[in-house]
Amino acid sequence: MRRAAGTKVLLGGLSLLVLMLFFLSLLTGPADLSPVDSLRVLVSPDESALTLVMWEIRLPRALLGLMIGASLGLSGAVLQGYLRNPLAEPGLLGVSASASLGAVIAIHSGLAAAFALSLPLMALLGALASVLALHLFAGRTGSALTVILAGVALSSLAGAMTSLVLNLSSNPFAALEIVFWMLGSLADRSMVHVYLAAPFMLAGGALLAGLGRMLDTLTLGPDTAASMGTSMRRLGVLATFGTALSVGAAAAVAGAIGFVGLIVPHLLRPLVGSQPSRLLPASALGGACLLLAADVAVRLIAPERDLKLGVLTAAIGAPFFLWLVIKHRRSAA
Amino acid sequence: MVALAAAPTASAETMPQRVVSMNVCTDQLAMLLAADGQLISVSSLARDADYSMLAEDAAAYPINYGRAEEIHQLSPDLVLAGTFTTRSTVAMLRRLGIHVEEFAPETSLDDIRSNLQRMGSLLGREDEAAELVAAFDTRLAGLGSDRSDLDVAIYEPDSYALGPGTLAHAVVEAAGLTNVADALGVTGMGRVPLEVMVMQAPDILVTTDDGDGVRVRAEENFAHPAFRRVAATSRTLSLPGPHWVCGGPFTLDAIELLQNAAADIADGRP
Repeated sequence: MRRAAGTKVLLGGLSLLVLMLFFLSLLTGPADLSPVDSLRVLVSPDESALTLVMWEIRLPRALLGLMIGASLGLSGAVLQGYLRNPLAEPGLLGVSASASLGAVIAIHSGLAAAFALSLPLMALLGALASVLALHLFAGRTGSALTVILAGVALSSLAGAMTSLVLNLSSNPFAALEIVFWMLGSLADRSMVHVYLAAPFMLAGGALLAGLGRMLDTLTLGPDTAASMGTSMRRLGVLATFGTALSVGAAAAVAGAIGFVGLIVPHLLRPLVGSQPSRLLPASALGGACLLLAADVAVRLIAPERDLKLGVLTAAIGAPFFLWLVIKHRRSAA
Repeated sequence: MVALAAAPTASAETMPQRVVSMNVCTDQLAMLLAADGQLISVSSLARDADYSMLAEDAAAYPINYGRAEEIHQLSPDLVLAGTFTTRSTVAMLRRLGIHVEEFAPETSLDDIRSNLQRMGSLLGREDEAAELVAAFDTRLAGLGSDRSDLDVAIYEPDSYALGPGTLAHAVVEAAGLTNVADALGVTGMGRVPLEVMVMQAPDILVTTDDGDGVRVRAEENFAHPAFRRVAATSRTLSLPGPHWVCGGPFTLDAIELLQNAAADIADGRP
């Protein structure tokens, strides 16, 4: 009971933090705007340039930060529970990179210009292919090491293919794009991107959020879970599609942003008593907090440089990953 | 001017017979000036309309990909390279005893004149170069030098703008306009986030949009709803990449287009 109350406090606190960071994101940017006027035009839009900036540039950026962060946090928590592997994460497993590859193919084949929905759909396809490939190579019974190794191979392959497509493009700007797709950015995104990605992220999020109970039973072991009525096949299908939908849509509009799905569940797990059904909503909120904060930080550190989001998340995430590896080795020894 | 004075000149008897150009800017200067049969190869970019104003003319020349081995195979007596051409390639060609001349990219109208003259003397085509420079100056004088208080932004994919130190800035200055990027403190090619551009709302917005839709993610800034709204209220010109890559007689086209746009605004023409 006390734990349930504690979880409520945690979720309430995280929601409040998300809200604060959302507004901070709206008020941060390279143009020097008055916070009071900025908020005023959000409530009552007029014909000014300020309205244009707030509604068409900053609002989509903050919304995407919120939704992408939540998608990454949630899918990280589900993958860690489902693969029963503390190192599972859409970035490390190559899901984000494969989704990026799908998006790059959609744009450079001209498909996205002819049919806008092909962008998230191709990214979704890329993400789906990578999760299926992971199943094929590492399986659910595979050790943590096998899963991670397969993920590393898939990441490298998707990254190389993305670079290949961009290298072969005749467009002079294509080669510079590799950085965007590998590291991710929310700079100068529009409401068009929100409309394209949101339905997929919401659908994927809904699938993933409903997996809490099944993942709870899985913590007792696959056999016990099966005896308690959890269908492993059903869980696998839902986790796979949910991750592909939400991570695919995220990568289609913002590139591959790593480590968010790794860090957030680990930080929050001790606070929810390692119970997946409580960890999932907390991770979604935590992911949104982390990504919004990182996106505010890239704009404060180098306002004119379009510092890539992935640079910041990797700078925090990679040392964290190493720490996890050391911890994992100790507990295994 | 130092480079010009130091450049070896070729008289009619000693003019190079097998000239290979491996840079898109020297390609264009050489195509404008070389005698028939004198220029035996241009770079692959010379045929690429994304970089070259003379892409159609380049179809008449065999192309090279700027690799030391293939250049050597052509046994040239003069190789034209850009100062941004891979250092190792230029160094290797020189080790092989090939005469390599390097050209810095043009960033001002003076650079265009001096590069034309230098190319003329290297190719033994001084008279042709002098004619081109004279025609350039005559046309430039005809364009007038009225200053207007209109400002202009030259906006590239991924929200980059061209500022002082670029050929584009020299064009804006020559057209008598104010470069927004200069006011924002951008030098060379610098990022101007979309929201800053929206707040600036320049009178004339020059995009390098090639008009073939979003074929690379970086071009999405031209399709952004906020950008579209600003573009709808500014005078918008599309002058694709090759106008800004290399200088040449064609640079005057860009100045003229900017002046026409400014005159249309001043006269209240739609």
